[in-house]
Amino acid sequence: MTAASTTAKTRARSGRPSRKGGAPPAHGARRRREFTTRRGLLIAAFMAPAAVFVAVFTYYPVIAGSQMAFRNWKLTDLTDTSWVGLKNFRDVFTDPAWGTVLANTAVWVVGSIVPQLVIGFALALWLRRRFRFRGVYQALVFFPWAISGFLIGILFRWLFNSEFGVVNDLLQKAGLIDEPIAWLADPHKAMVAVLIANIWYGVTFFTIMILAALQSIPDELYEAAALDGAGKARTLFQITIPYIRTTLALTVLLRIIWIFNFPDLIFGMTGGGPNNETHIVTTWMIKITQQGDYGRASALGLLVVAGLLLFATFFLLATREKREVRP
Amino acid sequence: MIGKETTAGRTVKFAFLGLWLLFTVFPLYWITVTSLKAPGDIFAFPIAYWPEHFSLENYSELFGTADFGTYLTNSLVVATVAGAVATAISMLSAYVLARFEFRTKSALLMAALVTQMIPAFIALGPLYLLMTDLRLVDNRLGLILVYIAVCIPFCTVMLRGFFENIPDALEEAAMIDGLSRFGALFRVLLPVMRPGIVAAFIFNFVNCWNELFLSVTLMNSDTNKTIPTALNGFISSFNIDWGSMSAAAVLTILPTMLLFAFASRHIVQGLTSGAVKG
Repeated sequence: MTAASTTAKTRARSGRPSRKGGAPPAHGARRRREFTTRRGLLIAAFMAPAAVFVAVFTYYPVIAGSQMAFRNWKLTDLTDTSWVGLKNFRDVFTDPAWGTVLANTAVWVVGSIVPQLVIGFALALWLRRRFRFRGVYQALVFFPWAISGFLIGILFRWLFNSEFGVVNDLLQKAGLIDEPIAWLADPHKAMVAVLIANIWYGVTFFTIMILAALQSIPDELYEAAALDGAGKARTLFQITIPYIRTTLALTVLLRIIWIFNFPDLIFGMTGGGPNNETHIVTTWMIKITQQGDYGRASALGLLVVAGLLLFATFFLLATREKREVRP
Repeated sequence: MIGKETTAGRTVKFAFLGLWLLFTVFPLYWITVTSLKAPGDIFAFPIAYWPEHFSLENYSELFGTADFGTYLTNSLVVATVAGAVATAISMLSAYVLARFEFRTKSALLMAALVTQMIPAFIALGPLYLLMTDLRLVDNRLGLILVYIAVCIPFCTVMLRGFFENIPDALEEAAMIDGLSRFGALFRVLLPVMRPGIVAAFIFNFVNCWNELFLSVTLMNSDTNKTIPTALNGFISSFNIDWGSMSAAAVLTILPTMLLFAFASRHIVQGLTSGAVKG
């Protein structure tokens, strides 16, 4: 979101002297050039520490890891790390579990994002109007955010425990089930359980983003709509949603990328089990890494990055037109 | 004003808000209650929703046999140092990105965004080898350096939002009054930005406190483990000791929850300022 807005801004203001001073100042005044150089030095000096850290500890390992994707790179035998071309990629696709993993990933992303968006939107609409204790309420529903995905996995693993879990106990007390359910041992129910945990975690983010966007809608629009006799539903679909479309689209995009790249919760809750039925692409990558096959894990990682970049491009293109008609 | 509210509408609204609050708070309540039960009572029927015998045995177990104090100290040191250094470094880069226009700016911002798209696992192998060469494996300093790099991109974007909310005129006035750019930055801008800086630090701290996969990869020996790595050790065995686990979970969540509650308003502001501008 920020990068996009900045690009536009940079373009709009282009033509100002840059750090490298490519174009000499029009009047050639010495003072001006000196100023430009000093400015360039300041920019370079202030950017340097951040750039060095990210280059050394993030980009270097990622790039080094990328070339592993084309090598036979197994921790079990490091004597032969020769180039193998696309073998690792083929291995990813021909793995018998690959179809299951892809299908699970789709369920995981869609099954998380849709309820998170709907509930998050509803909460934001209801929190828009001030009421007593609204601040306290917001602080309380905000707290899942302070917990790591891994620990949330553990919390829900305990809640969904088949013998001593509180979820089964509550459902039995309510008369909804007769026998305790083995949530995390049953393929379909395990997916439902991890989705519930992720919905619990992710709704807040949508609420925060949407609430902030809602507060930017001018009251006059609603007054005008009320004068025209527009009902609640019409106001929602013809004013509220169109007005915050940009925020909605970008929030959804960011969340999809993030949920896709979020193995932590599943890792803590089911470890991908039972029988691979909750493995998503990124937990699958953990599994391959733990087996020591860094070559194949890197190939999978590259596929993830490529897939996400492609997806982000399509998503931005598909929503661009709508964003331009923003009021 | 946002339309009129009917009584029925209000009832539905508060019923839903109440249910959601219950759903949000319950898991935390449950893990706390579990941790305060006597170890034997955790696996007793019927399941008790309030501890019959309050007991701190799970906690004393944690610090006695599991050496949780060491993990706690490690996490505290690593998260504090990495969080603070990352905030300081990001402050400089965020300032430049907020106040200057230059050719590589959009590329730098893109590079920051891309780091958020890369699955951590692609870098773990090479990172381990790099840290071996630097003799920083199983070393708290090594983990701190890596965490600083992890925190910088998002922290920079967040702080840039705060800088952009402060009008240029403020530091221009200070510079006209004879302060240098550095003087203006440190004496005028930073004091105004203090809440944002605190929020950014807390955000970094919590991220480092919670980080699992890098820590598991880089820290082998028991004396160097951070809390998430230790928790991961608890579940590696087939039977999870839910007594110790629940106590450890409460002790892990509590500090971050308090910090978030303390700074939630500014963290929210930092997260949303970019989005609302679209």
